[in-house]
Amino acid sequence: MTLYPKKRSAMLALLHLAQEQDGYLSDEGMAEVAELTDTSPAEVRGTASFYDMYHLEPVGKYVVGVCTNVACLLAGGLEMLEHASNTLGCAVGSTSPDGLFTLEETECLADCDIAPCVQVNHRFVRTTTPETFDAFVTDLRSGRRESEVPPHGTLIRVRRSGGLRVSEQELVSERAAAREAREARTPKEDK
Amino acid sequence: MATLDATPIVSSRREFVDSYTLERYLATGGYEGLKKALTMYPEDVAAQVDAASLLGRGGAGFPAGRKWSMLRKAPVSYLVINGDESEPATFKDHYLVEREPHQLVEGVTIAAYALQVSQVFIFLRGEFALGLEHVQQAINDAYDQGALGKNIFGSGFSIDIVLQPGAGAYICGEETALIEALEGKRGFPRIKPPFFPAAIGLYGAPTVVNNVETMSNLPWIVLNGGAAFAALGGGRSTGTRLFALSGRVNNPNMFELEMVKNTFRDLIYDPRLGNGIIDGKQLKAFIPGGVSAPWFGPDLLDLPLGQDEVGEKGSMLGSGSIVVFDETTCPVRAAWRITKFFSRESCGQCTPCREGSGWLERVMSRLEFGGGRTQDLDLLLDLCDNIAPGLGWPPQQTTICVLGSSIPSSIHSSVVMFRDEYLAHVHNDGCTYD
Repeated sequence: MTLYPKKRSAMLALLHLAQEQDGYLSDEGMAEVAELTDTSPAEVRGTASFYDMYHLEPVGKYVVGVCTNVACLLAGGLEMLEHASNTLGCAVGSTSPDGLFTLEETECLADCDIAPCVQVNHRFVRTTTPETFDAFVTDLRSGRRESEVPPHGTLIRVRRSGGLRVSEQELVSERAAAREAREARTPKEDK
Repeated sequence: MATLDATPIVSSRREFVDSYTLERYLATGGYEGLKKALTMYPEDVAAQVDAASLLGRGGAGFPAGRKWSMLRKAPVSYLVINGDESEPATFKDHYLVEREPHQLVEGVTIAAYALQVSQVFIFLRGEFALGLEHVQQAINDAYDQGALGKNIFGSGFSIDIVLQPGAGAYICGEETALIEALEGKRGFPRIKPPFFPAAIGLYGAPTVVNNVETMSNLPWIVLNGGAAFAALGGGRSTGTRLFALSGRVNNPNMFELEMVKNTFRDLIYDPRLGNGIIDGKQLKAFIPGGVSAPWFGPDLLDLPLGQDEVGEKGSMLGSGSIVVFDETTCPVRAAWRITKFFSRESCGQCTPCREGSGWLERVMSRLEFGGGRTQDLDLLLDLCDNIAPGLGWPPQQTTICVLGSSIPSSIHSSVVMFRDEYLAHVHNDGCTYD
């Protein structure tokens, strides 16, 4: 919270943390974010619903995203999506009966040279054929990819360690002093 | 034959699998640019960037030096880095944040020093989980070794960088929408002009918004001088650029090439680059710069990869991403998918974009999957004309941001270039490629 000049700026980061805690955005999670950002739960919900990555309903432990945008379309993205639906046993936009997987059709994920692009919990898995996709799913089911793909909601496992711990006021006065010093050093030319 | 003489600037560490670590970065000249910059006057650093005539690498291609010079003088100002790369078929920033995060942090710090801005936000696309982790680690490492924080390298300059994850919205790549997202709101673009972020940006304070690739060029520019950068390329397009090649080519990949020195033909066909079309098929068309750009046919293959060169022919180099269509590609399906994308990603503020994109998607959908009519072709162009009157390039805007005016590009191009194929779809009552 102290990283941001205004509390509300922490909204997106806090929503990610709430999602990390519960796997999705629960009403309690959003209420907590509202309290921390000095907004109302309705404002939080209104903001969260705008963004694709926030899930307002429970989802599987693994959210599988298959890109079908133009570069992937040319490499068989639609076919991969259909294949994923068969392998996972759930329709696009829904969760598998065992609650493990949620399948999504995504927009471009910026990995177009390794198409069609597949992400699990927003990590690129680079399975471009039905066979490699199935093998990866088998790995996920057996827990062999836990370190590579954390449960849904966990986005950034590296926490911020450094930090300035200087107030905005101090920074402002430092910049102002530097500017004065510079202007004294290089007087403006008379024109 | 392609000209590949220029040494890479922003992807020079590509051969190292550990290019994202501090150890590798320091072993390959890391942070030398920043150290040199700190011995110079901030104005002189900015002057080097101006001399490099570095064009913004986000898509609009606005000169970075000029953007900086427009920053309104105020006690508090901000530098915001746009890493919300979501233009379909673009994957250069993905590489830069995941594989060269220290270069980004160094570039950003140089920019902050030149601008005398102490508070920086790096806004990265949320879908780059690994990239976010690598950049956060790079920021942590930089604090530890005194490259960030209070009084960096004993220079008297203090800087704080905060990493902000996005949450999945194409529109946040638009700089004012990104600022709204940074303020914790929905990513709704703001009306501009009259006030650009340089005058009224984050929290109403003057703000410079720069792209990840633009920033990644700065360590090299400071070390080698703006003139050395400007000597590369040609015309207004200076330096090198990351080109993202995808679609029906044998080697879809990212290539750092000197601007202007190569043509689209070199990029697509040179054995060291795209290596030709899959199965030796014929090229049908290509998108020169992201899906917002109008398409080109094979007749423009010999056009150089330069911003003005592409602009003069009625399209744009945009985000530097080239998508290749061959004879097996259905242009109607490609245009339908691009339209579906815009329809999903329209933020919903302006009527022409919100309603127009959905309407266009429905028409495209019935042409591709059955139920299309001959008069739909005129309907498509009429709808496009309502979103971007005149259907010229650059497009006329009826919306707050340029997402709206980008919608017609693929439809207009495909209807003009492949009218026969559209009519075949109508007669076939669906796609002729299935």
